Amino acid sequence: MDLAYTEEEEAFRAELRAWLTATVPTLAPRPDPADWPGRRAYDSTWQRMLYDAGYAGLHWPAEAGGRGATPTQHLIFLEETERAKAPYVGAHFVGLLHAGPTIAAEGTPQQRRRWLPPILRGDEVWCQGFSEPEAGSDLAALRTRAVRDGDSYVVTGSKIWTSHAEVADWCELLVRTDPEAPRHQGITWLAMPMNADGIKVRPLRTLAGSREFAEVFLDEVRVPVANRVGEENDGWRVTMVTLSFERGTAFAGEVIACQRTLREVAAMARRNGSWDDQTLRRRVGRLAAEFSVLWRLIQWNVSAAQDGTGVPGVGGSVFKLRYSQARQELYDTAAAVLGVEALDTSREWTVDRLSSLSYTIAAGTSQIQKNIVAERILGLPKGP
Amino acid sequence: MRFQLNDDQRALRGGVRELLAGRFGRDRMRACVADPSVDRRLWRELGAAGVFGLRLEEMGLAEAALVFEEAGRALLPGPLVATHLSAGVVDGAAEGEAVVAGCDGALVDHLPDADAVLWLDESGAFVVDPAELVTVELRSVDPMTPLNRVTVRPAEGRALPGAARLRREAVLLTAAQQCGIAGRTLESAVEYAGVRRQFGRAIGAFQAVKHLCADMLVRVEMARTAVHAAAVTGDPVETAAAKLLADEAAVRNSRDCLQIFAGTGFTWEADVHLHMKRAWLLSTRFAREGEIQDALASSLPAPGIW
Repeated sequence: MDLAYTEEEEAFRAELRAWLTATVPTLAPRPDPADWPGRRAYDSTWQRMLYDAGYAGLHWPAEAGGRGATPTQHLIFLEETERAKAPYVGAHFVGLLHAGPTIAAEGTPQQRRRWLPPILRGDEVWCQGFSEPEAGSDLAALRTRAVRDGDSYVVTGSKIWTSHAEVADWCELLVRTDPEAPRHQGITWLAMPMNADGIKVRPLRTLAGSREFAEVFLDEVRVPVANRVGEENDGWRVTMVTLSFERGTAFAGEVIACQRTLREVAAMARRNGSWDDQTLRRRVGRLAAEFSVLWRLIQWNVSAAQDGTGVPGVGGSVFKLRYSQARQELYDTAAAVLGVEALDTSREWTVDRLSSLSYTIAAGTSQIQKNIVAERILGLPKGP
Repeated sequence: MRFQLNDDQRALRGGVRELLAGRFGRDRMRACVADPSVDRRLWRELGAAGVFGLRLEEMGLAEAALVFEEAGRALLPGPLVATHLSAGVVDGAAEGEAVVAGCDGALVDHLPDADAVLWLDESGAFVVDPAELVTVELRSVDPMTPLNRVTVRPAEGRALPGAARLRREAVLLTAAQQCGIAGRTLESAVEYAGVRRQFGRAIGAFQAVKHLCADMLVRVEMARTAVHAAAVTGDPVETAAAKLLADEAAVRNSRDCLQIFAGTGFTWEADVHLHMKRAWLLSTRFAREGEIQDALASSLPAPGIW
């Protein structure tokens, strides 16, 4: 058991750090958060730079066009890019972290050739069409129908909470192809081109005021059968193959960023006198412990992945439960330091405080995560 | 980086668990509740197994933490931390021939049986003659741990080098015991929730119970990770963080376990209260919540320094 990186890992870090030091200062200023085409262009430019430098799809297998890096190298990448304040994956999140890995694992050779290189180069943006108004935590209740008509599926229904729908080229879509089958057995995974006829995107405004996601209405949209990944009615398994390998590394950069924010919060508290309040100091002390251990938990989970031990997905649920809560407490503490300034939404921490409220909801609410932990890790019986 | 137990560490953990199950089973444990004086034979057996002297034999703090987690899990009584830290310093400590009680400046445990006292506080580390201590006996909340409150600071003592390190290790090994309590109470709660039936089903099928258990697991995973990390790095800030999280995990998990056992948990016959009382005691030893949080807050570097 050790926390020392190998010579090879340190060499990888040094090479990456040198590249980041040379590259990040050359980037254009970040676009306005409301400027979606600007954001897409910015994120795609960064992805292309990663691609040209050999860092795109670092942890993807080599046969999928990735670098086949170890989980530890991937963690070093996430740590260093955050420390260098490099851009986040942004609009390419779904392509690089879910749709791409799904196609790499379950797609045909033609499908991989068609879709994977544009994801890695940053040329094509993907969005995710999973949740529906009546299928949230209970995803398998999804009702969007796909009816086979010759070489196409004809898709009708609606999807919700779809991030980047306004600028996406493709949507990884879950549809019901057999309404008679048991719920998990009648679902199919399709790649839907977002320029097809019959798609209507209605942006949703979040409580933070931003337009981060959208509702997507589908009215007899024709999707070629060739765009199906995996067998018809096998879409649930196809989707879960990738989801179950999530170990919390998606938030590795954010934990580093939270540690930075906590230091800034403490620095401001020292300047404005709120540091005299022992209760506040102790909240900060507690959060320091919390984020330092969350980082260690990521290293623990990554080491388990590298060894091929542990239960996939388990580390992710435990991590997410604790991290989402810690993040909310961080920004509540920042608000306590800001005082009345916390009511000013031109303050970055105020916007981040509002956004932090999504963390106990998105990608499985904390209540659903607890059910998963209790049933799949602790082996407690299924609920009534 | 390989932040996972290696094969030797897994074997060590399994060996200690087996040893303690054999030498300190439930009957022995309940006998100790009735009479908490240190069992000298058991103490020598622990010494022979290497519990006190293992770090004189080329094992490290990470291994010691694993052993102490198992000790916490088994509710093993006695001044384990002080005797372990005295190995090689006090004659007979490594072999379990001597019982070395621990004093953090405020409380001393197992004083009536002590051959020596290891005094560990901000002023330093000293070996003190038990007869020199002026104390008041408490009616200890933990029936297996006699406690005395120090009323007068002893004048003399043999000063030990490396006081800061000894104190840090005392904090870490106490945190490791707390991990054991947190893990054991989680296992008890889950087991009971799977067999106790109400409204025609196991109570573990109800989300209210499930979510208590899930919260307990999250606390265990965090505390254990924190203890492993602090044991590997030896860093004082990480050690303090580990004690904070392990104390919280042990105290809150034993409370949640008691809640799941409900009426049964409130009885003397059930073991839950013994875990809770030990967790209360250990959470005051060597470093407490408020002072840890203060220390962590003041050790935060300025923004921009990594």
